[in-house]
Amino acid sequence: MKIGYYPGCAITRGSSSEEYGMSVMKVSQVVGPVIEEIPDWNCCGASSAHATNHKLSTALSVRNLSLAEKYEYKEILAPCPMCSQRLIISQKDVQDDEALRKEVEDAIEMPCGSSVKVSNYLEIIKNYCMDEIAQKIKKSAKGLKVACYYGCLLVRPPKVLKFDDPEDPQSMDEIVKAIGAQPVDWEFKTNCCGGGFTLSRTDVVVKLTNDILEGAVEAGADAIAVACPMCHANLDMRQKKIEKEYKRKFNIPIVYISELIGLSLGLGSIGLGLDKHFVDTKSVVNAYS
Amino acid sequence: MKIKINLSERSSDFAKEVEKRSGIKVKECYQCGKCTAGCPVAYEMDYMPNQIIRLVQIGARREALTSRTIWLCASCITCSTRCPKEVKIAELMDVLREMALEENLANPLEKNITAFHESFLNSVKKHGRISEVWMLNEYKMKRPKTALQDLVVAPQMIGKGKLSFLPHNIKGKDAISRIFKKCKPK
Repeated sequence: MKIGYYPGCAITRGSSSEEYGMSVMKVSQVVGPVIEEIPDWNCCGASSAHATNHKLSTALSVRNLSLAEKYEYKEILAPCPMCSQRLIISQKDVQDDEALRKEVEDAIEMPCGSSVKVSNYLEIIKNYCMDEIAQKIKKSAKGLKVACYYGCLLVRPPKVLKFDDPEDPQSMDEIVKAIGAQPVDWEFKTNCCGGGFTLSRTDVVVKLTNDILEGAVEAGADAIAVACPMCHANLDMRQKKIEKEYKRKFNIPIVYISELIGLSLGLGSIGLGLDKHFVDTKSVVNAYS
Repeated sequence: MKIKINLSERSSDFAKEVEKRSGIKVKECYQCGKCTAGCPVAYEMDYMPNQIIRLVQIGARREALTSRTIWLCASCITCSTRCPKEVKIAELMDVLREMALEENLANPLEKNITAFHESFLNSVKKHGRISEVWMLNEYKMKRPKTALQDLVVAPQMIGKGKLSFLPHNIKGKDAISRIFKKCKPK
């Protein structure tokens, strides 16, 4: 089975979170499924579209679903939760609102892609790769304590996304267990990091991420695992600023779940993009044996 | 917080208008405050999330649309997820922001946020995808006071190959610009 790949802007090559895309690709080459980039995909519009223009937000997202259907993909992977959330919400909005559907079809000059299934990265791993990972695991990070941080967009709104528990999700924790590391019990799994305010209200991001980093450290975590480029940017790239602002030291690596899986499959850390982080990831890489 | 509202400016059909536009059942809210209790950005807001709903209920149109709160909402959707009456509060913020822009009422104190959205969407309109360098460039021209904080991070990002100067153009960028034209706000 082939799965359409919608990388989204943040994780394509030459973008701020390219290591997420790199590691997703590397892992899929080892444990599947086969993923193929949807030709000529466009930005989903992210927060800026849905916060200011509902019709535009819906049309930008749905164009990608229509392209996926045109190229006969039954399912697509959108590793960025901002993208997967927008694609799923927009798909539902045009299903529920006939007038909106007509307007969107007029704007995108294609029929609305209504049947394609949109999956986030954790779903793809849990649905297709767990057996493969168990068979192909080469290294384990026994004793590495990981705080699984899901953020907002993977789990909310729960009635539309229908993925895991919005207050205490478990899917990433189960993946971390499967690759031999140890998920910690902590309170900030689905707290907000401030997301798209990283440039416009950095003060808000710094406060919220300080709470999250503190929560992880207090729970005894050696690293925080994420599956979202915005969570990653705010916790990793902004960590120095947070430390300066709050006069403290965290120095806690923020790693993508795909990078952790890749390391356990014996893939090289450079190919997984672990050298592209702001907070040094050597302690995580060295924990694998 | 004590709120003063000019009763003569109340617009009795505001709640109906919002409900009609969005399908959100604003009148269901009985002001329990659970949305505010769980809101991560409430500490920065001028009106608490439950107060925004109340403003809509009583027709305080200007107060709601000129609030800083609607821009500070991070769309984390914790409020809508926990609301016992299933009022879609986060989604309501989207509608209020859209109305505020249409009526030119967006609060100038949150200009950083609206300028970011503009820069972001201009990049999509032009290229079909976000080209982070160019989006950043436009935003920093609009909001030069924010430039300093990111000057520290940008060179490191470039060093790590994370900021490409080549714009990410798609083949169908004309189709994207037609989408923008057809979805232009009233």
